[in-house]
Amino acid sequence: MSLLAVTRRDLRLARRRQVESLLPLGFFVVAAGLFPIGVGPEPQTLRQIGAGVVWVCALLAAMLSVTQMFASDYQDGSLEQMLLAPGSLAEIVIAKVFAHWLTTGLPLVVATPLLGLLFGMAAPAIGMLALTLLLGTPILSLLGAFGAALTLGLRSGAALVFLIVLPLTVPALIFGTGAVGAVDGGQSAQAQLSLLAALLIITFLGAPWATAAALRISLE
Amino acid sequence: MNAATLTWATYAAPSRFYTLAGRLIPWCWAVTAEFCLAGLWVGFAIAPTDFQQGEAYRIIFIHVPAAWLSMLIYLVMAFWAAWGWMLNARMASMYARALAPTGVLFTFLALWTGALWGKPTWGAWWVWDARLTSEFILLLLYLGYIALTEAIDDPRRAANAGALLALVGAVNVPVIYFSVRWWNTLHQGATISLTTAPKMASTMLTAMLLMTIGFWAYSFAVVFARARAIVLEQESEAEWVRTLATGAEKS
Amino acid sequence: MNWTSWDEFFRMGGYGLYVWGSYAVAIAVMTGEALLAVRRHRRARADARSAS
Repeated sequence: MSLLAVTRRDLRLARRRQVESLLPLGFFVVAAGLFPIGVGPEPQTLRQIGAGVVWVCALLAAMLSVTQMFASDYQDGSLEQMLLAPGSLAEIVIAKVFAHWLTTGLPLVVATPLLGLLFGMAAPAIGMLALTLLLGTPILSLLGAFGAALTLGLRSGAALVFLIVLPLTVPALIFGTGAVGAVDGGQSAQAQLSLLAALLIITFLGAPWATAAALRISLE
Repeated sequence: MNAATLTWATYAAPSRFYTLAGRLIPWCWAVTAEFCLAGLWVGFAIAPTDFQQGEAYRIIFIHVPAAWLSMLIYLVMAFWAAWGWMLNARMASMYARALAPTGVLFTFLALWTGALWGKPTWGAWWVWDARLTSEFILLLLYLGYIALTEAIDDPRRAANAGALLALVGAVNVPVIYFSVRWWNTLHQGATISLTTAPKMASTMLTAMLLMTIGFWAYSFAVVFARARAIVLEQESEAEWVRTLATGAEKS
Repeated sequence: MNWTSWDEFFRMGGYGLYVWGSYAVAIAVMTGEALLAVRRHRRARADARSAS
């Protein structure tokens, strides 16, 4: 199966379960929206915590749907076929991650400006927040795939993914929110953005192979 | 078996590890006691009071060795787990799993003593400085490893999955530490850092090193004991285990 | 010697709570871990005995 076909297949499956696919987005908005209610509507506070809250909620939302990447293929046996297929398993993983990002990550990026407004963030900050999430959500999908592959078929798989993957996302979180903080303080976010982009590249180069190894371990 | 045929690989066999470890454990405890007592003696009786921090600094004789061991054990754990995965060596995988809880213990101790040191020194129970934050994340990495290996029933899949996770974790630790240090220097509003430890009198350093060796010997003692338990649990079908269990027992 | 009396030693210049809190917890968890390991080993041996 060509890579594009893998992606398209996953997208089609997601479209069939539209409500399920939109759950992460719903969680993202609800969870982030709860913070002003819990913390208080003071604009100064909200503006300060906005970037961090949105980023953390994005982390959690991304992890919510990550097990879906392999679950249905695991259950109907097509995942084992992919293992035996002549092509590179890592490339299939990349195709699946791409589909996951399109259904889960990209909507988060699109919803970000709305949340930015809820937190009373200034326009440049909102723009930077969206940009960092545009770079960050693929990282989350890549790392999430690794976690999903390791916990394939386990009863507590979904909860385990959180515990396993979230510590690995800390650098992305730091650079992402740091970039927004820099812009808020009137400085250049060049350094943070470069580091975030570097993280994306390194993760893209490493995670699919680690995920493929994890899949082999889980399916042996 | 004569000395000529005895090699390191011999102890790769769970049965031989079991016996050898059993013989070594009392020695490990002896070394632990000696070095910890020596370290505490130097640390309390000989090392002077610190000019800035008063007596509170004496917590470092636990804090720093615990932190060092928490990091060392993670690397050793990742190493043996990877060895077991790559070479299909069961004993190595079992040993890796035996290491994890002790790593958690030292990470916890580092965090706990860090808090108790931070309170009188910096006025807060928790300080988000680079090293404590990284230590906290290390705790999460350990917990993830334990949770994953415990959640998988098949021992081989559990060991290999754990190995991969530990390796990924080990690779990520420098990245995480770097990003946390960056983050910490950004929020310089609170210039709190436990890295500004008291200027080390050589006696303080000696005490710290003695305690480190003591803790290291301690980890061998406990990890050996735990590894022996794991060997019995996972190799219960083996002939030698049956003989051991039903025959005359000397641990 | 750094202290002139046992009382001074325990007070640790006012930081007694923190210093001894650290050492007490350290001894407690290390002893606890050792006991748990021994107990696990004993249980494994008993299980092996009953299984064979």
